[in-house]
Amino acid sequence: MEWVNTVVQGVLLGGLYAMFATGLSLMFGIMRLVNIAHGDFIILGAYLGLVVVTTLGLSPLLSLIIVLPVMFMIGYVLQRVLLNRTLGTDILPPLLVTFGLSIILQNILLEVFSADTQKLPAGELGLSSITVTGDLSIGVLPLITFLVSVAVIGGLQFLFYRTELGRAFRATSDDQETVRLMGVGNSHIFGLAMAIAMAVVAVAGIFLALKTNFDPTIGPARLLYGFEAVIIGGLGSLWGTLVGGIILGVAQAIGAQIDPGWQILAGHLVFLIILIFRPRGLFPRSVD
Amino acid sequence: MNDKNKNHETIRQQEKSGVSRRGFLKLSGGLFAGAAIVSGFGAAPAFARQRTIKFGYVSPQTGPLAPFAEADSYILKGIREKLKNGITIGSRTYPVEIIVKDSQSNPNRAAEVASELILSDEVDLMLVSSTPETTNPVSDQCEINEVPCISTVAPWQPWYFTRGGDMSNGFQWTYHFFWGLEDVISTYTSMWESLSTNKVVAGLFPNDGDGNAWGDKERGFAPVLDKKGFRLVDPGRFQAMTDDFSAQLSAFKQAEAEILTGVVIPPDFTTFWSQAKQQGFRPKIASIGKGLLFPSAVESLGEAGHNLSTEVWWSPTHPFSSSLTGESSLELATGFTRSTGKQWTQPIGFVHALFELAVDIMQRVEALGEPDAVRDALLATDLDTVVGNVSWKNGPVKNVAKTPLVGGQWRLGGDFTYDLVITNNEGAPNIPIGSDMQTLG
Repeated sequence: MEWVNTVVQGVLLGGLYAMFATGLSLMFGIMRLVNIAHGDFIILGAYLGLVVVTTLGLSPLLSLIIVLPVMFMIGYVLQRVLLNRTLGTDILPPLLVTFGLSIILQNILLEVFSADTQKLPAGELGLSSITVTGDLSIGVLPLITFLVSVAVIGGLQFLFYRTELGRAFRATSDDQETVRLMGVGNSHIFGLAMAIAMAVVAVAGIFLALKTNFDPTIGPARLLYGFEAVIIGGLGSLWGTLVGGIILGVAQAIGAQIDPGWQILAGHLVFLIILIFRPRGLFPRSVD
Repeated sequence: MNDKNKNHETIRQQEKSGVSRRGFLKLSGGLFAGAAIVSGFGAAPAFARQRTIKFGYVSPQTGPLAPFAEADSYILKGIREKLKNGITIGSRTYPVEIIVKDSQSNPNRAAEVASELILSDEVDLMLVSSTPETTNPVSDQCEINEVPCISTVAPWQPWYFTRGGDMSNGFQWTYHFFWGLEDVISTYTSMWESLSTNKVVAGLFPNDGDGNAWGDKERGFAPVLDKKGFRLVDPGRFQAMTDDFSAQLSAFKQAEAEILTGVVIPPDFTTFWSQAKQQGFRPKIASIGKGLLFPSAVESLGEAGHNLSTEVWWSPTHPFSSSLTGESSLELATGFTRSTGKQWTQPIGFVHALFELAVDIMQRVEALGEPDAVRDALLATDLDTVVGNVSWKNGPVKNVAKTPLVGGQWRLGGDFTYDLVITNNEGAPNIPIGSDMQTLG
């Protein structure tokens, strides 16, 4: 029973990791952009949530009504004004620019919000749980996080494979030159892709802030799991990213059950093993 | 400027050009006075230039450790105001310059700025505070470069042993004042003994400097707990910034632990505590080091932070006052709240005391510009500061002076969202108790 509990907690945690990873997966899948500042944008989303919650008195989940569109706009403008200029055959400029963004974001947040550690009030939601049996209880908040994560990925999947915009995304991802010949504007498509990625980042930020503390400098620590989940799942595959997150979460939970010192290491080891045997991840979509 | 001072100026210039100070002293010997007079003729403006007393201060103003340095600018403002007329040594008054550097919470950066302060600013005394990640690299630089240094806000063991100090041989130039691991252990166990429990203790120790020290089988909690009849459940070291504690929780629940202790960072404790509530682990007492230091961390727990306990090294109710400004602990804390709108934090007292010591020491220096003289003055220190008496004569090792430690609980419903109330003073009976120890709701 102890092991069942371990695996269940790991799966739930995997939902959060998958949410961290989805934005990265989108950016890389469509624009071949590796966003080093991804973790910091998650924290930015968390702080925006904090501002909305404290000034308007909304509940943290409702704050998404405001935070989500704001992050969407930030994403679009950022891509059009800055990131589009860095994209090209060379992979280095976007890396450097987003690395710079990471440092700038951290320091702006530090300047505005001070170094104090913050958290969004989860209230009863954060503490309550559903008891299945004596040894197995499922926290309500982790469960909601997991379900939202599945819903977000399902929604994106629909957008990508069932809509015209999705077709434009996929086409741009496959062959930029030809898409331009067909009269689709790259810059605008990229802007929209980044905007959608940032909207997902906003959701991830709010759920992170409900779960634990955040401060201006904590973002990069959240980046690594995101990268790992993306790579385990296979580049460009959204469901793969969810599977990647879950594999990572379960590996950590099982590692911890053996010995707490193995928790993080177990996740990294599974990542390495998959990298060795399936270098392109479990469900790679793009062929390049 | 008298001859003596001028000599030291010369020495320092030589030092820059690569000749070691000791070697130069040996070489120059008796010729030295003559040489100084000759060079004096050529550099007339040097006579007119006022000698300035320089303090270097390193703290983590940005980065993850920044909450420790949050009160720095408030404290420095007060100190600078107090020192605007300079420090008087003997009959002469010298202007004071405090050069502040940010470690960015990074040990490498801390070492770098310390070396800048030593080599280009030529500080007379180095001051450094807040966590071994800051105090250790700065102290090491001072030890190598033979500059006196006072550090604080890090338990003395990780400052002393990690830097290679042993019981018989200490350091020449670097000195520390704070409490130690033995004080936390006795404060915590004394808090636990004041309530009735089954004496089973759940230990949450991460794989970092503090966690390894607290969880150490020989020098940590384990031997003392054994002796006092407690049973420690320690599932093992975990990596900080963990998102899932179900393994630890199942071990603690199985052992039916009623006491929780550990030394964890705030995000880890929040994750643990929410998950503990979700999975039904409800200890009667939770005493946590580091993670419950700052009010913002406790506030982030919502209502679930009530009656969590931690160690208290300084509070507005400590019956001490500043030797420099005369302010009491309470005045210092309320002054901070008035000027920033924020609740007091424990580092305030210690950073203030650091400058109290610096001023007291410089006033007693017999030859300004001579590091040996500063060090001798430091060793003779016996000062009642806002954090208690500081003297390096009766420490556990020669470089360490101990300050008192008590225990407290965070309570809802006071002046701030959470107030830290002192509930155990066995380690320092002169510090008044605010309320009796209570069990968690």
